[in-house]
Parts: sequence; C-alpha cells; structure tokens
Amino acid sequence: MHNLTIAELIHGLRNQEFSSVELTRHYLDRIARLDSRYNSYITVTEDIALAQAKAADERLATGDAPALCGVPIAHKDIFCTNGIRTSCGSKMLDNFIPPYDATVVENYRNAGAVMLGKVNMDEFAMGSSNESSFYGPVKNPWNTNCVPGGSSGGSAAAVAAHLAPAATATDTGGSIRQPASLCGLTGLKPTYGRVSRWGMIAFASSLDQGGPITRTAEDAAIMLNTMASFDDKDSTCVDQPLEDYTATLNDSLQGLRIGVPKEYFGEGLDPQTAERVQAAIQEFEKLGAEVKEISLPHTDLSVPAYYVIAPAECSANLSRFDGVRYGYRCEDPKDLNDLYKRSRGEGFGEEVKRRILVGSYALSAGYYDAYYRKAQQVRRLIKQDFVDAFNDVDVVMGPTATSPAFEFGAKSSDPVAMYLEDIYTIATNLAGLPGMSIPCGLVDGKPVGLQLIGNFFAEGKLLNAAHQFQQVTDHHQQTAPDID
Amino acid sequence: MEWETVIGLEVHVQLATTSKIFSGASTAFGAEPNTQACAIDLAMPGTLPVPNEQAFRYAVMFGLAIEADIGKRSVFERKNYFYPDLPKGYQTTQLESPIVGPGHVEIQLADGRTKSIRIHHAHLEEDAGKSLHEDFHGMSGIDLNRAGTPLIEIVSEPDMRSAEEAVAFARKLHSIVTSLGICDGEMSQGSMRFDVNISVRPKGAEEFGTRTETKNLNSFKFMEDCIALEVERQIDLIEDGGRVIQETRLYNGDTKVARSMRSKEEANDYRYFPCPDLLPVDIDDDFIEAVRQQLPELPDARQQRFVEKYKLSDYDAGMLAADAATSHFFETTTQTCGDAKLAANWVMGEVSAHLNAEEKRITSSPVNAEMLGGLIARIKDNTISNKIAKQVFEAMWQGEGDADTIIEAKGLKQMSDTGELEKIVDDVIAANQAMLDDWLASEPDKRKKKMGGFMGPIMKATKGQANPGLVNQILAKKLNSKL
Repeated sequence: MHNLTIAELIHGLRNQEFSSVELTRHYLDRIARLDSRYNSYITVTEDIALAQAKAADERLATGDAPALCGVPIAHKDIFCTNGIRTSCGSKMLDNFIPPYDATVVENYRNAGAVMLGKVNMDEFAMGSSNESSFYGPVKNPWNTNCVPGGSSGGSAAAVAAHLAPAATATDTGGSIRQPASLCGLTGLKPTYGRVSRWGMIAFASSLDQGGPITRTAEDAAIMLNTMASFDDKDSTCVDQPLEDYTATLNDSLQGLRIGVPKEYFGEGLDPQTAERVQAAIQEFEKLGAEVKEISLPHTDLSVPAYYVIAPAECSANLSRFDGVRYGYRCEDPKDLNDLYKRSRGEGFGEEVKRRILVGSYALSAGYYDAYYRKAQQVRRLIKQDFVDAFNDVDVVMGPTATSPAFEFGAKSSDPVAMYLEDIYTIATNLAGLPGMSIPCGLVDGKPVGLQLIGNFFAEGKLLNAAHQFQQVTDHHQQTAPDID
Repeated sequence: MEWETVIGLEVHVQLATTSKIFSGASTAFGAEPNTQACAIDLAMPGTLPVPNEQAFRYAVMFGLAIEADIGKRSVFERKNYFYPDLPKGYQTTQLESPIVGPGHVEIQLADGRTKSIRIHHAHLEEDAGKSLHEDFHGMSGIDLNRAGTPLIEIVSEPDMRSAEEAVAFARKLHSIVTSLGICDGEMSQGSMRFDVNISVRPKGAEEFGTRTETKNLNSFKFMEDCIALEVERQIDLIEDGGRVIQETRLYNGDTKVARSMRSKEEANDYRYFPCPDLLPVDIDDDFIEAVRQQLPELPDARQQRFVEKYKLSDYDAGMLAADAATSHFFETTTQTCGDAKLAANWVMGEVSAHLNAEEKRITSSPVNAEMLGGLIARIKDNTISNKIAKQVFEAMWQGEGDADTIIEAKGLKQMSDTGELEKIVDDVIAANQAMLDDWLASEPDKRKKKMGGFMGPIMKATKGQANPGLVNQILAKKLNSKL
C-alpha cells in the first residue's frame, strides 16, 4: 500500500480494496519501524489519525466521501494544528499547542484527509538542509549521509521514504522545490496568494507560500485542489476562482513555449545536473513543445535581494516570541530585559539568530535605503524580468538546485554557500510566481530536479506539463533504496 | 528677554468602532482583563491581521472634516520595539503613506480672534495593551483588551503660541471627532490622549528652540498646567545659562510634577518597514464621495446655523455647537419650550454647572432636554419665576419628577391674584413706615430704584411665589398714590 500514489489510494479506498484504518495503521507501523533512520516526524498523531481513519471509513461506506476521504498525509510542523503541538522546528515553540487550525489543515480535514503527524523542518523554515531543526537533522532516504534539503526536509524525507503518501510544505525561497529535487519528488509552490497563510507560522510574509510535496504531478494536482482556497482571514490571499487542477493534466503540450534562461546554466551548476536537466527539456520537445533560450538578466541579484528582504521580515515576524505569552521562557528572569535576552537567546538557534540580526541591521536607521529599499527595487526588476519573459513563453525551465544532495556539514559552516543553494528558486518567490520541481534523473545515485516556473496562477499549466512528462518518463517512479 | 512659546500636538484618538482594527475582538471599555483579546491580539503564531473597513471610513471622515487630502493609497508599516504590552513586538501604523494628508483646523480664542492650525497629517494605527504595575507583588500584569483598538494619530504643525491656543486646538479636535461620531470623547478612559511638543525662543526669532515632548496627557486642564510648567522650566533653564535637551517627558496631573523619561540619545530605532501581511489600501473617489455625502454637521457649520436660526451670540453658539450631544440637548430644549435664548442660558448655566460638579456627561444628565424645555415653558407662561425655576430644577435633578409635577406638589405656582397681592402690598407698606417716608423724601429719579426695597418683604410674605412683574405694577401704583 505504501507504494501507491494518492490517485491510486483514492481509487483503492473507494473500491474498498482496503480501508482507511488499514491504510493508516500500515503507515503508522512504517513510521514506528523506520523513521528512526530519517527523523522525518516531530510528532506522530496516532490516536487522531486512527480516529479520523475510522470516521473516513464510515463516510466511504455511505458513499458521501469528500475528495481525500481516508487518505493519510503529513503536515509540516509550521502549520498550526488545534490541540497538537506545533513547534516550527524550534525550542522556542517546543511547548506550544495552538488553539486553532491553519486554514490549510482545516481544508484537508474538511476533505476527509487523515493526519499522520507533524513533520520535521529547519527551525522557523530557515535553512536549505534541515540541519537547523531543534529536533535534529532529517536524513535523505536516498543516502542517509546526505541532507534532504530544506526547509521542508521532513515533508520530503517522509514522502520519499514512503512514510506518508504526500505532505504539506512551505516555500519561502525554495523550501518545497529544493527538498523535492534532492529527494526525487514532485513539489509545487503555488502563486503567492493562492494558498492561505492563516495559521502557517510566518518566516517572511511576502514570500511564504504553502504547497504540496508528492510523488507525482497528478498527486500534486489532487493535493492543490484541496489546499488552495480564498481565505478572508489572510489579506494577502487572492480572490481568484478555484479550478480543478486535474482537469487539464492530459492537455497536449503541442506548441507549448518553453523558455530556458541562460543565467540558470552558468557557473556554480554541477555539469552532470545540467546534463540531466537539458535532457529533460529535450523530452518536452519530443512532446511537441518549442524550446527557446531566454534571459532573466537580474538573476544574480536574487540571492542578495532575498537575503535582505526575508531577514528583514523575519526580524519583525519573530519579535512575538518574547517569552511573555507562550513558548519558551528562560528560568528565573531577573528583570524584563533579562527575560527578553535569555528567552530569545536560549530559545532560538544559531541560523534564526543570524537572520534576525541581519534583518534588524538592514532595517536600521541609516541603512534602510541602502539595503531594504534597494532590495525592494531589485525585487521589482526581477519580477519584471519574468513579466517580460512570459510575453514570449508559457513555462520557464531550468535546474531546481545546483547539485544533488550534499553531505551533512558540507555547507553548514558557510552560510553564504548554503544561501547559494537556493539561487534558482529564490527569484520565483520574489516575483510571487508558481514554481515546481519534478525528478529528472539521478547523479551518483541521487536525484536531480527539473524546475518549472509558470505565470501567475498558471499552476494548471505547470501540472499539465509535469504530468505529460511523467507519462513518458519514469524518473518519478524511482524510489530511494532500502525503504522496505 | 521676552520669550515666545511654540507648541505642536500629536493627538491619539480612539475610533469608536465596535471591533478592533485588525481583528474581530470587541473594543468595549472596562471588561475584565484579557477577555477581549483574541488570538490575533495576542500575536499567536500564524495569525494574520485583517483591516477593519469602519476604521478607514472614520479616518476618511476626519480627513474630510479638516479639508485634508485623503491618501488614495494608504500603507501600513511595522514600528518595531519590545514591550510586554505590545504582543507582536511591533506596532502596525502608517509612516510614509498616511490616510490623511495636510489639512487645517480653525480655533477661536477668548478675545474673539480666530486662528488656523495646520495639520501635518493623520494616520491610522493600532493601540497597545496596558501594563499594570500594582497588585502583582513586584511583577507586572498585562491587559491586552486595548491592544489592537483603532487609533488615528493627528499630528499638528508647531503653530500654537500659548497654552490657551493649544487647549483651544485640543478642544476643537475633541469637538470635531465627537461631532463626527468617530470617537466617544471619553478623556478619562483614554479615548483621546495628547502628546505636547514644547519649545521656547526669543520673541521675533525665526528658528525654533529645542523641543521636549510630554506624552499621554488626557485632560485639557492637565495640558494647560503642564505647558505652563514646561515653558517656565525651559525659560529658567536658558536664562540660567543652560540649554534644553531634546527629551521625552512625563507629567503627573495629580501631583503637578513632570520628569524626564528618556533623552533623544536613548530613543529607539524603530526600524519601520511596510507590513507584508497587509496590502496597500486603495481608497477610490467613490468611497470618499460616499463618506462625504454622509458627513454629519460639523461644529463650525453648526455654530453658524445657531447664530442665524436662533439669533444666539457667536460665543453662545460656539459653546453649544462644540459638542454634538450638547447641541442636540439645546435644540431639543428649544423645540420643547420655544425660546432659544432661555434654552441656551439654562443649558450653559444650570445644566452645565450641575454636570461639571458631578462629572457627568450631558447624555447622562438626570434632567433631560424635554424636562428642561417643560420647565422653561412654565417660566415663559408666568407660572413660576426664574428664582422658583431654579428650585424646581434642583428637584428635577434629584429625580422628583417633571416641572409640572414638582410645581404642583410643592405648591410653587406663582401668585397672580391681583386682589390678594394688593392686600399684601398694602400690608407691607403699612408695616414699613420708615421706608415709605424715605421713599417719599427721595429725588423723583431715585424713586424707581428705591422702590426695590419693598420687594424683599413682599416676596418674603408670598414665599417667593408672587409674580414679580405684577408686584412691581401694584407697588408703583400704591406708592405713587401716596405722593
């Protein structure tokens, strides 16, 4: 059962080939038996999962079953879950139990999905390797000496190790696409505003966006159908009509215009990775697409602009963690300043502190114009690059990451090297566009991802292209070794 | 040396919306601590702000009332600082693109002068919670009921030159926001709070002196006292060879003592930046026009109307028109009794004095406008004298019923029976031979005035119920017959 896709699970449940309780128990058993290898779960919600599965079976029996009825999934521990600890990968929230559900969690609950648990992540979603989690690093199921990517490393590892058929994730600068790439999965970051951020603990509000990590593009379409919604609790949510993303999966790619930015194949890209990506793009040509080289001239400015804007926003977003109302509080504070300093000093990890400091600096009097204002100007230029590009092409394609998964410790002592890990994914967040990563081959036995970037609200187009590619290739069917 | 005072005000006005600016929690005053703070107000992780349209409407109303430009694109920013009553660690406010641009407010001074005070801008923001330092055994308590209450902060130009002007400006703002109905005006509950920027300079100087800012004054009286104290302090300091330091000060209105809170050097760097959780708010002309159409009457227009319609003096009209509730009270009284001048006198006299003594607002006056009108009607139809009317008013205030009930119950009806009054006048004249002799011996032009001496005993004999006009006629007739 753990080798089935979401589409197959839905079919199997509806035809009563297996019950949701059986399926859920199967996954819970696997998690109990295998997750010590990967550390992908922070919290396993066994009782809730079984109760939800039982209820789902009852609904399935009556024939009145919503879209994901009985399908088990895992939630990134950044999504607040009513009554269940939501840590965001941090000591700061190790004891935090929200009294509300994130809209994403609510949407899946309403769709009948079963929650297996909360999966690991970089602390406050800050990281590209899942090494910054308070709950320890997550291991890549393809090679446990390697990182799974981040920040949604727990989501990716759990799906790659078949400890969940799909997982929710979030992407601020590549946190869905890069782990999907490193773990051989399909990951989709929707257009900014497509998925509600209510109850999704903020890292950088103008960049954060929820999305699914799955094994196939079809599963991603099914997952997005439930995840996407207009939510009046999130003012940045866009009131765009909802569509059925599975409806256009089988559209022909004849005449699809693909743009390949030359800037995405420059220095820093592993040659073998480049080769796999180029080969995948050629596959699209065989499907009838037209490929042309394009230019996104401000690409090299995206990492510097991002590392001003994201830390600036996080420096304010994380001010609420002050030891006063909830979360970690230091022992015996001697006065207010001591309470603040030690609660935050002890509650936050190193990377989080680094970004708060960088962001505070960039917003300081005398530096604001040089850093924050300038970065916002650059952000507009980067967005304009894409607006211009989408006049001529339908989908932009390139690598997701510079290389396959790297070993633990390889980049953790050099923040800049780690930040460059997101060089191809960050611009998408700055522009607010939808982006996707799908597996396109292996290098040294480790997966490599092809990135697809679409125009605003063109998720359907991306999923269609990815699905057609997966109809004629089997990269997505490759599984990590030794996952039993 | 002669000194000139320069004053600018920053005024925080709590908007009278039913819910908070970014959450659905209630803004009602006086609830148990932390019972009106929802997850958003507590800055729980993952919560997001949603703007309250009513707050925008109120801010636009204020902007139109002071003839300001309305910011078509209004941007919220985060003002970052740590304090336990600021749950998010930043205040959501406006800086570069406020909702209300430059405008002006006209003030009237006691000597009849008017002056225009320029408004630099007014912006929307959220209020913080309250830190409670008593009753927690050396610790502090936090009440977040107020956190997220919508405010407009009105920032004036430094156009005021005396405490009188500053207070007149503050009162005028109070009058405007209460007339608009966008603020309840309850100063004691913190609905309006004033930060006063004060500097002094030699008279005639062009440049401003170094200013200090005294924060959070919540009464006109405190503001007046505080300005006097601070101006004196600054002048003494400079005349003694010192210099004023730019600092934030606190003034305790009860003890009348001011102290420094922090100097400019210690000031925070608030690291403002646009709030990424809130999109810029575009306000279109249709919205502004719709608000303009529904704008209630403003104090200046109302004053003008009172002068024209009720023939009141500028001063009386201004006093009554300043407050919407008082205006309404006056107009209802006038309608009931048919005499605007008398109604104005009673509202500004007895009613106002009683309210002040008991620190009550006119909306909770025990004597309502209809009751007052009923009382004045009895004066006009000579049922009672002015003097008796005050006695009746007092009884009404004590809750003894309306004017007619009290007049009837206490037998206060004016004596107008000519026969009876003639007898009493005769008796009094007979009983005061010395006064009569004196009157008869007086110069003819002094006699009218001296006649007044008989009034006291006559009124005493009638227990004050004699109709004074009638008594005068009878007395004149009787005395003249003795010449």
